[in-house]
Order: sequence, then structure tokens, then C-alpha cells
Amino acid sequence: MNSNQSSVMDLPVLSLALAYVFVLVLLVIFRSRGIRRERQILIATTRMTIQLTVMGYILMYVFQNPSWWLTLIMLLIMLGFAIFNAQKRVKLPLSRPLRRLMGLSMLCGYLCTALIFLLLVLRIRPWFNPQYCIPVSGMIIGNAMTGISLGANKLCNGMKEQRPKIENSLMLGASPAAAAKEIVNDAFDSAILPTMNNMLTMGIVSLPGMMTGQILSGTFPLTAIKYQIGIMLAILGCTAITVVLFVTLGYKTFFTSGAALKLEETV
Amino acid sequence: MFTITGLKYRSILDIQSLTIDRPVSCITGPSGSGKTTLLRCLNRLCEPDEGVILYNGMDIARTDPVMLRRQIVMLGQSPVLYDGTIGDNLQIGLRFAQKPAASRDRLLEVLAGVGLQKSPDEECQTLSGGERQRLCLARVLLMDAKVYLLDEPSSALDKETERFVIENLASFVRGRGKELILVTHSPEVAGMYPGAQIRLSGGRTEGYGDEQ
Repeated sequence: MNSNQSSVMDLPVLSLALAYVFVLVLLVIFRSRGIRRERQILIATTRMTIQLTVMGYILMYVFQNPSWWLTLIMLLIMLGFAIFNAQKRVKLPLSRPLRRLMGLSMLCGYLCTALIFLLLVLRIRPWFNPQYCIPVSGMIIGNAMTGISLGANKLCNGMKEQRPKIENSLMLGASPAAAAKEIVNDAFDSAILPTMNNMLTMGIVSLPGMMTGQILSGTFPLTAIKYQIGIMLAILGCTAITVVLFVTLGYKTFFTSGAALKLEETV
Repeated sequence: MFTITGLKYRSILDIQSLTIDRPVSCITGPSGSGKTTLLRCLNRLCEPDEGVILYNGMDIARTDPVMLRRQIVMLGQSPVLYDGTIGDNLQIGLRFAQKPAASRDRLLEVLAGVGLQKSPDEECQTLSGGERQRLCLARVLLMDAKVYLLDEPSSALDKETERFVIENLASFVRGRGKELILVTHSPEVAGMYPGAQIRLSGGRTEGYGDEQ
């Protein structure tokens, strides 16, 4: 897809170094206003630089030596980190079954979407082609991670704050599913909403990162938007599958086998 | 009718043997004596650590808890209202229990029964504490259950309204062959059923007051 355009200008390291001037600006602002954040900004900048450089070398190696197991290892690391990070973003303590369910939902959501999008829509061959498989998977997984952590926060908060209402519904003969329906729907809604809002402004306010990157590297804008539309739909699909699995099974972990709410301390 | 043997729940309840077999029974006792927990055990909102509760000879631990709660409906201590009008709040119990919705006349009748002169179309936000409590009571009465477990149903009512509501409640239960078990702190309410008091103290009881 890059063949018909001038290839991207290389970015000399010395020129890139000039971009660090923005960090210096920030440091000056912090210093002059007496905000004690110098350490954090230095750590953040250093980490960003090192992580991306390492990732660059890893990707170079993986692209030059394409193999199914290298791609698989990369995907597993990305998924594992995303699951860990999603769990960390939930502010209330998560029960063990809920943690497990978060991982399983993300795995299922990713597998379903990847199968459809990578193999049937993009038709990448071989299936592990790292040039497509890794960045596309990264985008899908990253968005599903944000979605599920929003959904999990909403679910856990709802089950805690609406306890009297849920219990009252049970007293009136509601099934746990009926008693928790409103909370489950709210959790699903709040997880999907950012992706939908993002789609509403896309192309007007923001040119998304993937599309920008493709255009910078010489791809026709029309080709780039086709990829962008595809990836947005895949992100929507993956987030929806992941979150719907999580919330429709997750609410059950708050109830006992006798259809009562678990005691708060055991949830 | 409930038969309870060897019931233990954490350190809250320890009831050797208790039979609840009157149309109206009052559970009384000091705060923290396990009254609410006992009610919650009767419709499986709490699962006892030990012991057996028979309802009409059937072990409730072996029944479907959701189906059980549609026969043995409970009203909690603090009123819980859902979004919507008074009518929505009355119908929601029937909806949860998957029973057909009640007619408007029936709604008005049940509101009158708890002394609430309101239209089903009114919103609930403006209701006072006592009115909310009576709305919640009306909601459970509408459900036509076999047993009613009521946790301090008149705590937010003045003496006069309390008497009116409780008398209506008792005649409703007796007239339709239902059972009523109510937890109360009110000496007036307990005094209305002198022979039907179960006194709990420190999670223990021996049975109805008139048998002791």
C-alpha cells in the first residue's frame, strides 16, 4: 500500500532530540510555579523513550523474522498486560471470580474480533503476519481494556451503592437478573459510550492516530480511511463482546447460589 | 406456618425450637436481638449456618428461593422507592414476581387500605417518610402473597395512622386466610396482639409469649 507514494522521510535522531525541548518548557513551568512534579515528568519522559525504543527493536526483529510463535507471544504479552491494567484501574476491590471473568471476557472478545477482522475482513496471509496482526490487535485490545475497566467500575459501584434497592427487589420476588438489570445495563452503556462518542467526532475534530500514521508513511488518504473505518468497527465489536460477556456474567458473582446478595465483606 | 429447629446464624441467631402458626405474629425484642435476621432467614435472604426451617412441612432450603419469595413476601425496614409514579411503584412488585398488572381500581383500593389518599399518577419525590413507608406497604399487599414478613411497617407513622394501618392489615390477612409476621418496636402494635408475641433476646427465643 505504500508503493505508490514517496516513502516517509526518515527522522534523524538529532532532529528528534530537539523535540525534547517541550519537556524543558514543562520543567521550567513546574519550577517557576513551584509545582513539585519535576521527578515525575523526567521519569515519564525517560520511560516513554526507553519503552518505545525497545518496542521498536522488538518489532524490527519480529517483522524481519515472521513466525507464528513470535506473533503469538507478542499477542499474549499484550493481552496479559491489558488484563492486568484493566483490573488495576478498578477502584473497588475485585473478587477473584470477577478478576478471572475480566480476563476471560477480554480473551473471548479479542479472539472473536480478531478472527473476523484479521482473517475475513483484512484477509491477512499468513494469519500471523506481524505487520498487520500486532498493531491492529494492539488497538483492539487497548480499547477493550478501557471499556471493560469502565464497565467494571460501574458494575462494582452500582452493586455496592444500590444494595438496598437490589435487596428490596429480591424481597419482592425478583430474580437476581431482574434485580440487577438496571445496573448491568448502565455498566454496559458506560463502557460503550466513549467509543461511540469517539466515532461521532472522528474525521471532524480528530484524525485518528492510525490513519495519521498511514498518511505520514505515504498511504493514500482514501486507503487510510478504509483501514480506519474497519478498525473503528472492530474496536466497537471487541469492546461490545468483551463488556457484554463481563457484565452479564459478572453480576452473578455478587449473588449466592440461594439468589441472595452476598455479604459485603465476602464480595 | 413455620417450624424452626436448631437455627444458627453467625453469632446473631441461636433458636433451638420455634413454631410460628398464628395468622398474626409479632416479633419483639431489643435492638440487635436478631429480629430482622430471623425474618430474612424465613425467605432465604440469609442462609442459616445450621438448622432447618420448614414452611408448611417443606424445607425452605430445598425450594427455589425466587419462587419462595413470591409466596413469602418481605417488606424491609427502610422504604425503597423506584423511579416513576406511585402507580409504577405499586406495580413493580407484581412485575418482579411475573404476575399480571393490577387494575387502577385495585391500586386505589390498596392505597386507601394504608390510608394514602394519593393518585397513582403522582410522582413519588414529594412523599414524606411516613407516606413512603405506606406506599411500600401497599406495594407488598398488592402482591397477594401467602405470607407477609413486615419489618417495622409502622415505624414512621403517628399513633393514629399506625393503628389504622395495622388494623387494616390484620383484617386483610384474616379475611383472606394469609399469615402475617411483623417485627415491631411499638408497644401499641405489640399490645394489639397480646397472645401472638415472640420475644427475641440475644438471638434466643422460646416461642409465643402466652406459652411461657
